[in-house]
Amino acid sequence: MQTSIRKDIITTLVVAAILLWIMPMLISTYTLTVLVIYGMLGLSLGLIWGFGGILCFGQAAFFGLGAYTYAIAAINFGESTLPMLLAVLVPAIFAAMLGAMMFYGRLTDVYLGVITLVVTLILFKFMNSTAGPQYVIGSAKLGGYNGIPGFQTLNVPGDPNAYIWGDNYFYICAVALLIVYLLVTWLLRSSFGRIAIGIRENETRLSLMGYDVAARKTVLFSIGAAIAGLSGALFANWGEIVTPSLFSLRQSAEIIIWCIVGGLGTRLGPIIGAAGLAYMKFMLGQQSLIDNTLITGLILVFFVLFLPKGIVPAVAGLWRVSFGRKRRSRGRQTRRTRTRGEANG
Amino acid sequence: MDLGFVILVEMFYAVASLILISAGLAVVFGMMKVINLAHGEFMMMGGYATITAVNLGINVFVAMLIIAPLIVGLIGLVVERLVIRHLYGRLVDTMLATWGLSLVFIGLATMIFGNTTTGISTPIKGFTVGSYQVNGYNFFIILVTIAVLLLMLAVLKGTRAGLIARGTMQRSDMANALGYSPDRIYMATFFCGSALSGLAGAVLAPLVGLVPTSGGAYIAKAFITVIAGGPSLVTGLFASGTFFGALSQFFTFAISPVIGEVALLIGAVFLLRLLPQGITSKFFKGKL
Repeated sequence: MQTSIRKDIITTLVVAAILLWIMPMLISTYTLTVLVIYGMLGLSLGLIWGFGGILCFGQAAFFGLGAYTYAIAAINFGESTLPMLLAVLVPAIFAAMLGAMMFYGRLTDVYLGVITLVVTLILFKFMNSTAGPQYVIGSAKLGGYNGIPGFQTLNVPGDPNAYIWGDNYFYICAVALLIVYLLVTWLLRSSFGRIAIGIRENETRLSLMGYDVAARKTVLFSIGAAIAGLSGALFANWGEIVTPSLFSLRQSAEIIIWCIVGGLGTRLGPIIGAAGLAYMKFMLGQQSLIDNTLITGLILVFFVLFLPKGIVPAVAGLWRVSFGRKRRSRGRQTRRTRTRGEANG
Repeated sequence: MDLGFVILVEMFYAVASLILISAGLAVVFGMMKVINLAHGEFMMMGGYATITAVNLGINVFVAMLIIAPLIVGLIGLVVERLVIRHLYGRLVDTMLATWGLSLVFIGLATMIFGNTTTGISTPIKGFTVGSYQVNGYNFFIILVTIAVLLLMLAVLKGTRAGLIARGTMQRSDMANALGYSPDRIYMATFFCGSALSGLAGAVLAPLVGLVPTSGGAYIAKAFITVIAGGPSLVTGLFASGTFFGALSQFFTFAISPVIGEVALLIGAVFLLRLLPQGITSKFFKGKL
């Protein structure tokens, strides 16, 4: 186990370094940044849905909450370090309260989906109606439908005038995604992560074994929200404006589609799904022959019908079928020779 | 006195429109356990069918009450055969597939009708009560809703087809053994559900400006109403529709329409937390 986790981390770092080197040559860093941010958002739902079995229809709520928290705090503080931390904490705490209410109430799949959906809608409706001057937090106007523009963007900690933008901002986001990815890897290998997977597989059994299922689900839900909040704050920095559309149903739908297309139950799948589909949407946005929404919808229907497990598991399966047997036989051989060697020695 | 009358009418109207919005979903989700996230888009298509038919010179009531349900029902039939048929029993997958379908319909409507607001004028004139103006069309919606509820009750309880449908939804293997084809019954039920959604969209079309994305406005409300209603189809629909309609209308008059909507949603969260299986799991048990 110890060697395999080390191997896992080294592979991740090498692949990430290669991607960091190659991708900016192919796609402009401005576009890449948002792909990375969406990848992180996809990962946040991939964690709680793919590994925790919690289908959250309102991941966009935490994304938007993170973005709004960052914007409001940045206007009030005039620098970006504390707002970044708040943008992670506020969604996490909000999710912990919401999750505690749902999981201790033993709500399951459909009802869970509806409640998270409804909470997202409440935020969306509320934020849309905050146009008046009376809706102010500190010195930040919530701005209703138009959102909040003109807040302090990311700066070097301690120096509010040293802005981080352009290529540098892309590298910050990419490293943030890498760190989050490694943390998720570590979490899933820890006993907490394995019990979470156990809860996904059989909740009753785990609760009979003495684990507090509701508490563990709440914590996992909250971790997912923290990641979504971070990506929301990064998105706010990228777009330099936050609007209520961050909370929209469409945004929630997209996150779920990313996970399905990329592959549930994998760490890489949601990231690839998010970045790939977002890039495709970007490319499609440049043509006007066929409506963008139509294609997104067709992709979703197609995947649910023909490839319900998503791209990454399908590719992995294909890989195993075409190359797996060779490797396995070789492995058996080496093991045999090794035992023979040990016996001889 | 006049104000009281107006508020009463508005209250009835809010309840009626909530029930009307949810009726199609109650059949599709409540009976067949298919989470149809394209429900709002079915309503949107009902609205467009009505407007197109009226523009072609057909009487508005014929367009609303006959043509729109038929067209949307047929679209539902096609969708059921192509997509949903393969996904019965896979709750999450149907949900995702119908979400995809809703996006497809939005895209198609945008390509055909354009991303602009269309509408028709209400066919019934308003009248004044004291110093207030009351929309006469509201009464029509209340009447249609009552008719829909009675029709659902009559078909499900009174006819052989309703009995077979209910039986198949409970135990499809049993129905199969008795010689009925569950496949066909599911198909027919989905047709009815879609037709009801189309009817709702058509009847509400004169009141709202129609855009391809306007289905999204209904879907959450419809789901809340159906899920909060619980296992009994018609009674649950009526109970939760009344509860939510009255709640949101109360806050609308007391504070503002936005707060009314938010109150509805917050009320739903608390209701589901207290009665996760819906209202009729505790009250009016065993009713239809």
